Order: sequence, then C-alpha cells, then structure tokens
Amino acid sequence: MRFGVIVFPGSNCDEDAYHAARDVFGQEAEYLWHKDTELKGADVLILPGGFAHGDYLRTGAMARFSPIMGPVRAFAERGGPVLGICNGFQILLESGLLPGAMLRNRGLKYRCEHVHLRVEQTDTPFTGKARAGQVLRIPIGHGEGNYFAPAEMLKQIEANRQVVLRYTDPNGVLNDDWNPNGSVNAIAAVCNERRNVVGMMPHPERACEVLLGGVDGRVIFESVLASLRSAESLALQPQSAGRAS
Amino acid sequence: MIDPHILERHGLKPGEYDRIVGFLGREPNLTELGMFSVMWSEHCSYKSSRVHLKTLPTTGPQVLQGPGENAGAVDIGEGLAAVFKIESHNHPSFIEPYQGAATGVGGIIRDIFTMGARPIALLNSLRFGAFHAPGTRRLLEGVVAGIAGYGNSIGIPTVGGEIAFEPSYAGNPLVNVFCLGIAKQSDIIKGVASGVGNAVYYVGAKTGRDGIHGATMASAEFDDKSAEKRPAVQVGDPFMEKLLLEACLEVMKTDALVGIQDMGAAGLTCSTTEMGSRGGAGIEIDVALVPQRETGMTPYEIMLSESQERMLLVVKRGREAEVERVFDKWDLHAVHIGEVTDNGLLRVKNHGALVAEIPNRALTDEAPLYTRPMTEPEYLADVQKLDVGDGSRLNGRPTPVPNDALFALLGSPTVASKRWIYRQYDHMVQTNTINLPGLGAGVVRIKGTDRALAMSVDGNGRHCYLDPYRGAMLAVAEAARNVACSGAKPLGATNCLNFGNPERPAIMWQFAKAVEGIGAACRALGVPITGGNVSLYNETDGNAIYPTPTIAVVGLLEHADRVVSRRFRDAGDAILLFGEGRGELGGSEYLKVAHDLVRGVPPALDLDAERALQALLVQLAGERLLRSAHDCSDGGIAVTLAECCFDTGGIGAEVSIDGVHVAADARVNVAAALYGESASRVVVSVVPDAVTTVLERAAAANVPAHVIGQTGGNRLRMAVAGQIVVDSGVDEAERVWSSAIEQAYAKRVA
Amino acid sequence: MRARVFVTLKPSVFDPQGRTIAEALHSLGYQNVEDVRQGKYFELDLATTETATARALAAEVADKVLANPVIESYRIEVE
Repeated sequence: MRFGVIVFPGSNCDEDAYHAARDVFGQEAEYLWHKDTELKGADVLILPGGFAHGDYLRTGAMARFSPIMGPVRAFAERGGPVLGICNGFQILLESGLLPGAMLRNRGLKYRCEHVHLRVEQTDTPFTGKARAGQVLRIPIGHGEGNYFAPAEMLKQIEANRQVVLRYTDPNGVLNDDWNPNGSVNAIAAVCNERRNVVGMMPHPERACEVLLGGVDGRVIFESVLASLRSAESLALQPQSAGRAS
Repeated sequence: MIDPHILERHGLKPGEYDRIVGFLGREPNLTELGMFSVMWSEHCSYKSSRVHLKTLPTTGPQVLQGPGENAGAVDIGEGLAAVFKIESHNHPSFIEPYQGAATGVGGIIRDIFTMGARPIALLNSLRFGAFHAPGTRRLLEGVVAGIAGYGNSIGIPTVGGEIAFEPSYAGNPLVNVFCLGIAKQSDIIKGVASGVGNAVYYVGAKTGRDGIHGATMASAEFDDKSAEKRPAVQVGDPFMEKLLLEACLEVMKTDALVGIQDMGAAGLTCSTTEMGSRGGAGIEIDVALVPQRETGMTPYEIMLSESQERMLLVVKRGREAEVERVFDKWDLHAVHIGEVTDNGLLRVKNHGALVAEIPNRALTDEAPLYTRPMTEPEYLADVQKLDVGDGSRLNGRPTPVPNDALFALLGSPTVASKRWIYRQYDHMVQTNTINLPGLGAGVVRIKGTDRALAMSVDGNGRHCYLDPYRGAMLAVAEAARNVACSGAKPLGATNCLNFGNPERPAIMWQFAKAVEGIGAACRALGVPITGGNVSLYNETDGNAIYPTPTIAVVGLLEHADRVVSRRFRDAGDAILLFGEGRGELGGSEYLKVAHDLVRGVPPALDLDAERALQALLVQLAGERLLRSAHDCSDGGIAVTLAECCFDTGGIGAEVSIDGVHVAADARVNVAAALYGESASRVVVSVVPDAVTTVLERAAAANVPAHVIGQTGGNRLRMAVAGQIVVDSGVDEAERVWSSAIEQAYAKRVA
Repeated sequence: MRARVFVTLKPSVFDPQGRTIAEALHSLGYQNVEDVRQGKYFELDLATTETATARALAAEVADKVLANPVIESYRIEVE
C-alpha cells in the first residue's frame, strides 16, 4: 500500500508518520508537498502533526488554503481513507472535512504524555482491527486539543456515532480527571459522516515500537492496511474470477 | 565626536578605545565603534575567560570538532557525528522570560544545523530563586513556556534537563540550553568565508531594531534601571526557524555552499567578521540590500541588530541560482548582499558609500585579553566549616526522624518530580526518545542504526559556592555518571560557565578554580570539552549568583535496546550499591532542607574510582546484566532508592545500609548514612542469578560493590546498621514526590 | 482605508484564557472585574476609499480567514 504524507511548512511529525508507514509497517510512503497538486497514487493520506504555517492565526487555519487540499478533498469525497493526527486533525476541522473546532487546553498549557483512549467505533478504516471498548495507551502532545462543537452539532455527531475515541481512565471509564485538555464529551477522535476521514489528537505513530515504550498505536495502521486490502480484494474479485475460468 | 559618555554607553573602557584607534590608525566612526563594542564585549570576545579556557582538554581520538566553531562534534561510528553545544540565555530571560528562553532555544538550534547536522534533542538547565519566593513562579512559568513554545513548534524533543532553586538566583535566573544533532561526518560544514568573488547571502527574517546591544547587555550587571532595557530583547519565530532549518539542510546537500553561520549575538557584525576571520578572507556587504522590517534604519542599527532567525551564507560563484531555488521552495528569500574579498577587511557600504572598514582580525582574534586579578573569596573559610556538635541539633533545628527527613527531601522542589515541567515539552516528537524525561539521562536512538545517544546536563551551584574546584569536578562526574547509568559510554562534553562579575577578584578566583576542576575531571574521565559558552556578570545590586558551571555530557550506546533507566523492573531482583558512602553532609540537600544550612565542603571525588565505576556500568549494561541503575546525588542513597521505586506501579524495596559515624548523636549518624551525598555511588538492580557475575565484574574493575537488599512488596524499608529507620508505603512517598511542584502551582496566583 | 476586526469567542464557548486572567485579576483584588473574554484584533490596510466597499471586504476576509465561525464571532470598524 502507498501512504501519502502531506508536508505543510511547519509540519514536524511528517517524518514520524513516514517512518511508521515505511520502516515499521514495510509499506510504500511518499511525501506530498503542500504546493503539490496531485497525490502521487497514494492509497491512504496522513495529515501529520506539527505547527503548519506556525499555527499563526489559529491552529490549522492557513493550511486549508494550500494547493494540495483540493486533491485531498476530492480524495476524501471519493471515499479514500484520510487520517489527521494532532495538527492534521486541526487542519481537517478548519477545512470543514470534519465537524467541530479546537480550543486551548483547559489547563492552558501544552501537554505531552501518555493518555488512555477508549475505542468507540470500529467501522472506520482506522479502527477496524480494534475492539469496541478496547483501551489504547497512546501519547498526546498539544496545546490546543480541547475539542468543541456547538450543542446542536455535538448532538448530531453523537447520534451519527462519529466519536471514534474518547479519553478515559486506564480501565476505559469516563472520568474528568483523565481528560487531558477539557474536550467536550472527552472526545479524542472524530470521523466524518461517511466515516472515511478520521481526525485524532493522540499520536499513534509514537506508539508503534517496543523501544519507544508502547505499541498501542499499531492498531490504527493495521486497521487501514486491512481495510485497504479488503477493498483491493473486492475490486480484484471479478478479475481473478475471470482468470480462474 | 566619540566622547567618554558614548564610550561608557558602549561598555568600552578608555584603554580599549586606544586599542581600536591603534588598529584603525584613526578615530572610528559611530558605526565602527558599535561594531567594536559588541565584538569586544565579554559575551563575544571571552576577554576575561579565554586565558583560563585554554587550559581545558579539547582533543581526543573521538573529537571531530573542538571549540571555535558554531558547535563541537564527536565520532559516534558508522560515519556519523554527534554535533552539540550548550549556551546560556540568562540575562534576556530575566528581562522577558518567555522570549528570552525561546530565543535561547532558537539560537542553540541554529548553531547545530549550521554545522550541517539535523537537531534531534534538546536539554535545559535552569536556576531560579527560592521556590516559594515572590517572582520565582512568574519567571519559571515564563521560561518553561518559552522553551516549550519554541522547541515544540520546531519539532525537536526536549528529552531532559535539570532545575534547582536557590535564593542567589532570585535576580539572575539561569537558562542554559543544550542541543544535539546528527550529521554524516563528510557533510559537516563550517562557518568560513573564502574564495574571492564568492557571493555573500542573507536569508531568513527581516532585520529590525530588536536586540540592538543584546551582546553588551549580556555583559553588564543588572541594576534597577534594567527594566528600561526591555527593547533590547528579541522575539523568536519558531516557524521561520523551522523553514530555515529545512531549507539550509537542503541547500547543504547541493555542495554549493562554502560556509554558513547564524546571526546570533552581535548579529550581522559577528557573522560577517567571524566567517571572514576564520577563512582568512575579507567581506564586503551593502547594508542597503539587507531586508528590513522597519523604516529608516541606520547602518549602525543594521549591523548591530539581533533580530532572530537570520543566516549568513557564502555561496560558490556560479551556483547562486541553485541556492536561491531551494530557499524559494520554502518561501524564504535569499538576498545577495555582498562578496568575499582577499583584503582581510570587513567593508560595510550603504547604497554604495563606505560606512565602516575594519580588519576582521581586529574584531575577533585581536580583541582584548585580560588576565584578571584573583583572590580567594573571604566567605570561603567560614562556610566550609561545618561543626555538627553532638549532632542532636544543627543551626538551631533538631535532627528530624529519618522518615520525616525523607519526605521533606522528596517534596523539596530540587528533588521532587519535574513532571509538571517536562510535560509541557514535546519530548517524543521525531519518535526517537527511548529514555523519557525523569528516568535518568535522556536517550535517543539513531534511526537507521542500532545505536543511541545518551545525554545529561548537571551542575550544583551550592557545591561550587562551597568549593568551586571540587564542585565543578563533581558536575562533570555526575553528568558522565548519569550517561553511564543509561549504559552509554561518555564521549564528550560541553560547558556553560555562569558566574558573577569577573572584574571582582573573588569571582575571577571562583571562575579559575571551576575551570581547573572541569579540566581535571574531563581529562580523567575521557570526556574532552568540545565547546561551550561563558556567561559572566550574573549579579544584581552587587550580589552574585552561586558560581554555576553546568556540564552536558554526551555518550554512545552501541545497542539502543540495551538502554537502562532508573526504575526497578520487577519484584525479587537484588539491589546492589556500587561505591561507598562516607556520610558526607557538606553542601547537601539534607542540610538545606532539614536545617536551612549551606555549609561544609562538598563530597570528595576520587577520579580513578569514578572512571572505574563508569566503565563498569557501561560494561554491565552492554552485557544486559543491569535491570536498573540510578546514581546517588541530591538527598543521598535514601532518595535514590525511593526514586528507583517510583513510576514502577509501586514496586517496593527492602535494604540495609552500612552505618557511618560523624557525631555522638545516633540520629545524625543515621541521617549521614541515608542523606549524605558521597560521590561515585550508583544503585543498581539485577536478577538474582546475575549477582555473582556482577560482583565478579565489579571486583575485577576495582569498584566496591555490595548486595544491600531486594525489590518487592509495596513498601520502602531501609535499615541503617541493622536497624529499620525508614518504613513507608511507596505510594505515599511517591505522592509527595510527584505532586510537590504541581500542587504548589495548582493554586493560581498572579 | 483602515478596517479593524475584533474576533472573540462566541458567548457560548468557554474561554479558558479569559477565565484565567479573570481569576488572576480577582486574586490581585480587582473584584469589580466580573469577567474577561480574550480575543484577537486585526488592522487591515485597504486600497479603497469607499466605506461600504471597505466594510464588505473586511467582512469577507473575516468570514473566510480571520474568524472560525464554529467558535468565533467578529465585529468590524472602518475609518
């Protein structure tokens, strides 16, 4: 499979996502510069963490105007899997590809630490290999991860089962003490209505190797690989049937 | 035109002015005077310190680049180099803590990527006034936020550091920042200008009036008028620096560059003159071509501005378009502002008219050099006296029971967990961090190899105040020991020397003794100094800080997966002590916390024993025989053992420690055994089957080693001379240790 | 002409920075400062002399870039 990792000026987890895709999971990976206008045949897109355009004005606010975002939008509309991690999530929110907005962390300070996440939905390309209710231990690193949606929008997001991950205690129980940033309904990740675009504040690419102290992030990558393979085998079925006859 | 008042405002002494006139053969104009004043400031010229710094060991088979370049470099195998340096940003951080600290981080990062290395880790060493004193919190919060704001944004992990609180830093906080990068040895590039006719390029942020005379400010004592100097503080733009970092590393791959240097202290003046001087060349620029953020800037202001995130490049003739293309890709505009010449002069024009002409060497190599008078400080003989009497009371305070003393130490801000601080730093970006902050030395793996680099920064101002020679040796030993505890072999060091006013003989004596101590320890431990920084004039209203050399040591782990942390791993492991406790309480955290006393002589250091200990640790880690390793420092072996239990999910320990005799009273003898800070001691845990092998290895290495107990249960129990004196739940002790700083700051005050 | 754009969080959106500042002011004794809302302020230099055109242009820029309609509202002054 081919991962396309989008690089905005100020992205700083682009190499980490690329490393995870290529070196940890043995997949093809390609950097896509924000001024590029095509996706170089990527099967899955990652908008990585960082401070695109310095996060000046608002986090992710300028990146949505980059030329690459046209093809990204078209890819998402065709149903292609898109994952926004941290700043990538913020960019997807600002672009309107995902609902809601980010505020400063409740404690006002940047927080870098491991958090516990409960898997809420498994029918997205990035959580298909996880169990519903499974608790993942994955690091965060952000100053503006306080997810917000106006009441009406929030109601709709919940009704549509668009909340993919929530911050919980280590046992998977909702507890405000374990909500690191004050996100409404302890939301750590959401998807779009079509479920192919997912944004998450935690960094799965930081939790894919034993040496780094945890491998709970692997399931995000394994899920999308499985999802792409099954999509591919579906697409290939008529062809292979033809060859057999 | 140049009168004594102008000279004074430029921080130049009359003798220095005569020297300038001598070099030029005429009176300087104001622009030239400004250029001399910044280049001859203490900060840029090291005029008081150079005679001492020359005595430091700077060479070794592993050293690829010693002092004199933007950063030092050591060989880490596989054709790679570790490029690193530490620098201070003390004065700007006092005036404006957020921006001062942020631009300190930006400056040291530029020094590293300027060498052609990709920065992969940051450390910091901070000093503030007493933890609960008014003003401390504002400075600490601002400095930490500034470091975080810059480092997090640019995407370089802050993997460790240290912090201490002492009243002597109240008016002069210390902000020392270390950066480490990785380069292919063949790709290392230097700050030289050569090749007549080669183009001189300016790239990065536009030049404004910020930071003018920053370099001279960093060389002047503070007084109550310092607030007026506020405009001299620069503002950092980490986004711009991230673009510069990526663009410069990309340009370096083209081999179109001759040399490159960042514009830090003394801005355009320093970068042009140092590059010219190193290459034995001249440089001619026109300041009218320099991109400017403000209107009406004079040549004086442009040459002295310390606006951040700017670089000076010398590009091979005919290759300009290639270089410009790379910068264009990153939306940076590289501007051709001049040429390299062969006359050894720095010639500055403004719209074609000559406004300054100075021999490069006059600004750099020929800067004044002072051998300043030194005398042993008067306070020393008195403070070194520590009379414990019968030991029942000290400084009017009774000797506390051991359990209480342990809890007081665990809750003291110098010992307590710094999680509240390092949680604000992105310490995982780049996905290399394999020893997280708070677990010992910071360790980052090197992708594409099996290797990892360990780094630690240490310094103890209290020790140096009581004995600068010994205190400085102890700082080197501790930094190297922390690196060795992670399993890495120490390779090299960088130092940041923070002292008071060198024009005072007592301060100069402290400085000279500390440099002697650093030299002795570095020689003995095989860690040459590859560069660093001196920060003098850290005084407010005549009160100097504790003399504070901070030392960062870098070491190599050949196998990243053999990294060792401070944490116990499992119940049932044997706990061993390497080294011997002698009950040395002089200058200890215990005396300060329990008795409010800063007295005595700091612990003795046997450099041969220290070297043997460190080699043993590296050997044992390489053989995978260590489950954990943690050195004994602030708070002695009792605090070390407690910390080994923390962050483990509550693994306890039961140990028995030898008694010592320092006084008649039994309580103080117990305290000395538990909380004395004798050097060259490390607590390790090993699986029971490995005990015999480990003891054999220690005996062969001539390192004293004893089994002192084992891990298990959920209590921390310590006996001294056979009698249980500490008995506490690990969870209870850990709560005190982990929440002390956070809780103090949970209650919000303005 | 010059347009000034003031962007603030909508009243329904919690403003952690504003609250922190308010608490700090209270601890300094400014009890009469009841609440603080923090916002952003922009000055736009516009190549037009028509007030209506300037206002429309500023509003367009504010809608599209300067404010995030999910959480923020804005006010424009033109002179």
